[in-house]
Amino acid sequence: MIKAILIFNNHGKPRLSKFYQRYSEDTQQQIIRETFHLVSKRDENVCNFLEGGLLIGGSDNKLIYRHYATLYFVFCVDSSESELGILDLIQVFVETLDKCFENVCELDLIFHVDKVHNILAEMVMGGMVLETNMNEIVTQIDAQNKLEKSEAGLAGAPARAVSAVKNMNLPEIPRNINIGDISIKVPNLPTFK
Amino acid sequence: MHFLKQTKPVKTTSTNLLTRLHGNAKFNTCKASALSLPLPGCFSWLPPPAQFLYQPCVGDGETFFLHFSFLQRLFLCHLTTSASPPPLLEGKPIPPPPPPQHRCAETKTRQTRANSVPPRASHGKGAGPPLTARGREPRPPRARPAHRWPRPPSPSRRIAPWRLRTRKRAPRRAWPRGGPGPGFRAARGAMSEVVERTLSALPALLGPQHPAGPGPGRPSAGSRLGSLIRSITALTSKHEEEKLIQQEIASLKAMVSAPTTTLRLMKECMVRLIYCEMLGYESSFGYIHAIKLAQQGNLLEKRVGYLAVSLFLHENHELLLLLVNTVVKDLQSTNLVEVCMALTVVSQIFPREMIPAVLPLIEDKLQHSKEIIRRKAVQALYKFYLIAPNQVQHIHDKFRKALCDRDVGVMAASLHIYLEMIKENSSGYKDLTESFVMILKQVVGGKLPIDFNYHSVPAPWLQIQLLRILGLLGKDDPRTSELMYDVLDESLRRAEINHNITYAILFECVQTIYTIHPKSELLEKAAKCIGKFVLSPKINLKYLGLKALTCVIQQDPNLALQHQMTIIECLDHPDPIIKRETLEILYRITNGQNVIVIVQKMLDYLKESKEEYAIITLSGKVAELAEKYAPDNGWFIQTMNAVFSVGGDALHPDIPNNFLRLLAEGFDDRKEDEQLRTYAVRSYLTLLEEENTFYPQKFLQVMSWVLGEYSSLATDVDPEIILTRLHSLLKKTFVTSDTKAWIMAAVTKIASHTSCSKTIDKLIKEFSSSLDTCMRQHAFELKHLCEDKVLMKNLLPFDASCNDMVVDASLSFLDGFVAEGLSHGAAPYKPHHQRQEEKLSQEKALNFEPYGLSFASSVSSSGVTGRQSPTGLSFGSDTSGNSAETGHKETNTLKLEGIRKLWGKEGYLPKKESKAGKPDEPQAASCGNLLAGQVIDPPASQSDQVSSLSEEEKEKQQLASTLFVGLGSNAGVSLMGKTDVATQKFKRKSKINETQTSEEASDIQNSAASTFGPLLDTVPVNKEDCEGNKHTRLRKPSLCSSDTVEDNLAFETPQSLKKPGLDDRLSDSRLSPLSLFADGNMEIFQPSPSALCESANKTLSVPSLPKELEELPHSEVVELCQSDALALYLCKVWKDDSLLLAVFASNKKSSALNTVNLVFEKAEHFQILESPAHQFSVIEAQSVEHCQKCVWMDKICTQGILPGSISYQSEMESCLEFSVTLSLLDFIRPMEMTTEDFGKLWLSLSNDVKQNIKMSPSQDSLSTALSTLQQKLKLHIVDIIGNEGILACRLLPSVPCLLHCRTYSGMLALWFRSPCSALSDGLLYQCQKVSRTGSEEPSCTLKSSTRRAGWL
Repeated sequence: MIKAILIFNNHGKPRLSKFYQRYSEDTQQQIIRETFHLVSKRDENVCNFLEGGLLIGGSDNKLIYRHYATLYFVFCVDSSESELGILDLIQVFVETLDKCFENVCELDLIFHVDKVHNILAEMVMGGMVLETNMNEIVTQIDAQNKLEKSEAGLAGAPARAVSAVKNMNLPEIPRNINIGDISIKVPNLPTFK
Repeated sequence: MHFLKQTKPVKTTSTNLLTRLHGNAKFNTCKASALSLPLPGCFSWLPPPAQFLYQPCVGDGETFFLHFSFLQRLFLCHLTTSASPPPLLEGKPIPPPPPPQHRCAETKTRQTRANSVPPRASHGKGAGPPLTARGREPRPPRARPAHRWPRPPSPSRRIAPWRLRTRKRAPRRAWPRGGPGPGFRAARGAMSEVVERTLSALPALLGPQHPAGPGPGRPSAGSRLGSLIRSITALTSKHEEEKLIQQEIASLKAMVSAPTTTLRLMKECMVRLIYCEMLGYESSFGYIHAIKLAQQGNLLEKRVGYLAVSLFLHENHELLLLLVNTVVKDLQSTNLVEVCMALTVVSQIFPREMIPAVLPLIEDKLQHSKEIIRRKAVQALYKFYLIAPNQVQHIHDKFRKALCDRDVGVMAASLHIYLEMIKENSSGYKDLTESFVMILKQVVGGKLPIDFNYHSVPAPWLQIQLLRILGLLGKDDPRTSELMYDVLDESLRRAEINHNITYAILFECVQTIYTIHPKSELLEKAAKCIGKFVLSPKINLKYLGLKALTCVIQQDPNLALQHQMTIIECLDHPDPIIKRETLEILYRITNGQNVIVIVQKMLDYLKESKEEYAIITLSGKVAELAEKYAPDNGWFIQTMNAVFSVGGDALHPDIPNNFLRLLAEGFDDRKEDEQLRTYAVRSYLTLLEEENTFYPQKFLQVMSWVLGEYSSLATDVDPEIILTRLHSLLKKTFVTSDTKAWIMAAVTKIASHTSCSKTIDKLIKEFSSSLDTCMRQHAFELKHLCEDKVLMKNLLPFDASCNDMVVDASLSFLDGFVAEGLSHGAAPYKPHHQRQEEKLSQEKALNFEPYGLSFASSVSSSGVTGRQSPTGLSFGSDTSGNSAETGHKETNTLKLEGIRKLWGKEGYLPKKESKAGKPDEPQAASCGNLLAGQVIDPPASQSDQVSSLSEEEKEKQQLASTLFVGLGSNAGVSLMGKTDVATQKFKRKSKINETQTSEEASDIQNSAASTFGPLLDTVPVNKEDCEGNKHTRLRKPSLCSSDTVEDNLAFETPQSLKKPGLDDRLSDSRLSPLSLFADGNMEIFQPSPSALCESANKTLSVPSLPKELEELPHSEVVELCQSDALALYLCKVWKDDSLLLAVFASNKKSSALNTVNLVFEKAEHFQILESPAHQFSVIEAQSVEHCQKCVWMDKICTQGILPGSISYQSEMESCLEFSVTLSLLDFIRPMEMTTEDFGKLWLSLSNDVKQNIKMSPSQDSLSTALSTLQQKLKLHIVDIIGNEGILACRLLPSVPCLLHCRTYSGMLALWFRSPCSALSDGLLYQCQKVSRTGSEEPSCTLKSSTRRAGWL
């Protein structure tokens, strides 16, 4: 399980912190500081894995990090995660950010914390990896953004128009149309019994 | 300019994607033209709405979004640097970008953009996002949705069910609401499309006028965040930042609570709050508003609200309950985004108690048509499974359905659940093995749509997950492992090495292969793989290779030999992590011959390392190795000194404790002990000689304890010198008051065996006026003790730290004082909980509870609960039993009775100390002696090599040969001629004889026997002790039988040291069939035939129970007393209605004995049901007679003594006295009842006793804890609900006691109710004892040596 995802810059300023396990506010800050302390001391050309981090879990804790120019991306995971897998997950995360923000930079993370969190939520849910396919994530994010934008637009529109559009958007409609889908919906259970 | 520096190998796909996502050619041109316009204050470049309206293709919303966010940035920039035109959008390059050098120069001027750092060399991981400015790249025309509906190659029908529907994956990418499919589009017609677009264009048009707009009078929230960040980055000190944030928080506080704040504004506030929280400033005032926002906002606001909630709150936060309703509402929403948000928040934080409220809704979602919803629902269920497995028990078949889902994503999500469930109970899911294998086969075989590829590896994360599951399933199960050999082989083969992620799969594969039942072919391949990892120039892979080696080395030590040179190289690796991992390998291969080199390496690392975690773990390992394999005393003490001084105070507390115990308990050889102790004393004196050196507190404590205990062993050292050293320590400022107490204790001990000393006088004088009250107290104590040397000698005998001490923790000696107080009218003492209870009940005006059932109240009350001191684990003291709990519902006479026992006619009755469980010092063959000659060689030869050779390569070779000596059976590198040197020297002596043959061990394992050590003398069997013994004994054999590395690698374990003498004293017994206790699981002893024979050899005839009693649960037959004519044996039979004492009188003489009279004296606590006397008219020669007495407990005590005597006539009238120890548990019986009855009875009882006890790791779950109670205390488990359980028992004949247990965070909350508080107290005490012995078990020591150091 992923216990926490931390992003901070070269000076240790947190840029994003997401904890999937409960820690008190103070501990969270200490964890960020401790992690920064551990990670920033490392040279280049050393491995991207660290053990330790007493606050976050001691011996069952691994820190897997990548350093991109000004930012450290650190995933704190327990022993049930694959190190190299997480390492590539970070890469996927960053590439996704790059796609969503176009040439993502540190400031994007600062000014669009909420968006970054949303992207993260598509990848990692409750500490477990949900989706690793970059295109998929980007599609989800875009679709949501689009929907929200239209909703935001609706808020300013006259009430009757809003309700008209809202009704049109019911997800049942496509379901009714794509009848072809329904006929094949028989799960082939017996093989597993 | 962006911080990504790694180039992406698969460029074509990413460009394609980009175009797919961000639009068509039209969009590009539009954007480009917009961007080339002059920037500040000019919004005229916005494309006219018409342009949006008539764009013929989907994705306008996206386009628009991009513009919108772009706009925002512009505004921001404009506002924050309003005067000058911003050259950059906060450092974001605006296409078309200026030449690179120019851009660089510009950024360098801006402090905020630390990314002017030149891009570093790649880490060697393959991929990275594109570096080139994408804006300028011409993009191929966007694919129309129709083209994005690919028909995958027709799937084979034979593959897993989810595979059948893989082609359904494609539609999910087109979000039907945002970008509806072509059919939908056609159905709705062009008109609605136009409306939609218009609406989506609206906010942009309104943008400038909206609150977020840059109107001069009204600062926008976005810009506020901007300016906040700007000013924060401009700050130089933490203090200033704090001030600024406090200001910000204050203004936010005002804003969120203002009624005029719109939701939209609130959203901005939340973002700012999130930022503040992230920096560590509390903003709890905003939590409720976050929830409100999630409740009331529109989608965008709701999303921020949910996000804020999930960041601010935690699972147990009380405000979270307010969110439940919102979540329920959103789960029912028809809007997919809302459902997604709700599911996300559920899987992040959700109150456990409220799971039932949403569970049905989430179950419904498993059938949802959108796979993303199904996937998230599965994930949410996984979360529920984690926090409350009981609540989702009934939907396990739905997990199976999810596993068979037609979409791969859903299937992958369900793997999380399965991994977790299989981890807990792999046997329950063996039937799924084939399915998992099949899935993996398809994934590996590339049957998934190409979408799932990552760097052309099919679904690597899925593979990793599956391999882990297979590893768990195949562990120790040849049949299941058989199923997966093929696919593992395939995976190994397919994972061609070209990218990180394939290594990840390989690594998992190797791990799985080594976990499951081995197959030599695969193992060979896996070993080769590990070799690839270890030899890889990439550090990450090297690290993993070492890790794999560490795991594998237990099974295959030869692998380490193969890679020994690499390991040696890694020892000097610049990366400390690699070094540490290498040391971990060395730790696993340590044996008696290479221990010196390895420990030296570890200490070297420790000295360099400053990281607390490394220090703690590594110092623990060094201490362990030193204890296990130390070749001689000097080395051991020196090494431990190094550990203490390097480890500092971060050291695990066990290390000094174990070390001291080792010194105190010693080994089998007294001479050896003394040498070790003397060596320690001398080395500490040398260390303390140096003034002004700093030592960690723990080291000082160890030193002072050793000096205090054993300094007299160093006869040539003047105690005065030691005292001066200690005295000077006391004056040091770095010494904490805790350590000072240790030092004072040491001084006191030394003072006890020296005559008057000037230093002590000085010390007393100095500290009698100390400001530190503790020190003053110590000084006074010392002073008074010095005045009475005899008392002092008694109090502090030499080398008695291991002797058991009897502590009368019940303070029975105060009884007289209390009685006096009571007779003068003082209020009786009530425990805290009782006082509270009474206070509560006084507030109650009316009693609405029914009156209790009437129980026989013959035992209404109370002798006394004897409580032991926490240290005294095994002693049976009668003093504690005598202490009367004064006051509770007692008449005066009863009280006096309790006291009379202590103050008899002769005055104070001296307490009898019983030494139950004292070791009988097995002084049998010592390992140390045997092997003393052999251990000297290795260090000598080793030091030779290291010093003399200069050539580096050769040195390494030598190092290798010293390190890997003795490793592997066919170790060619072994320097030593003799590899089988057993030097398990510092093996801790324990009470039970550890060295027994494995044959015996397995014997015992099989028969689940219990051993009774040397308990056959005056003290009757203490049940707990026996059980404790049994557990430790049982553990041992299992250790012997499993191939632990140490045993295996090192040498033959010294099992040949057999001590048959001891075994004679053990009498095995086995469990007898249960008849009485319906609950079962109780430990009942019955002497086995073998035991009988054995004993028969020894004494003439050990009696056995008559047939009718044999069936009942009973104890072993123990000897009570014996003379040359008569032996008396006792067996306790736990009958349902009473405790039956079967007493056997065995005539040892060759002539008959006449008029044998057995009389039990009247005991305060017990009641003999019929007459207390029995007469055997005659006992024939060499025969056994028996009589039976039923006993009840009259007054409750934890343990009491029933004295008796037997008189007989042989040559002359003789009388033998004996005593039987009866414990409370002998009189406890399970009480069966229904939960309802329990509830009724619970209400009717008033005496509460509550206590939390820590659960030992061995009984971490409620059910195990309860079954321990059931077994040991004979409680009846009435019901277990969630983390609560209820138990019931009765004290004979019928006093009930109810127990309510609840577990939380490793604690077990016990709540007893009984009509008689003493019963509750007694049981509570027994519970504590049980849980303590449980936790004590692993350390294998039953002896509780009361150490004097700490609390002298």
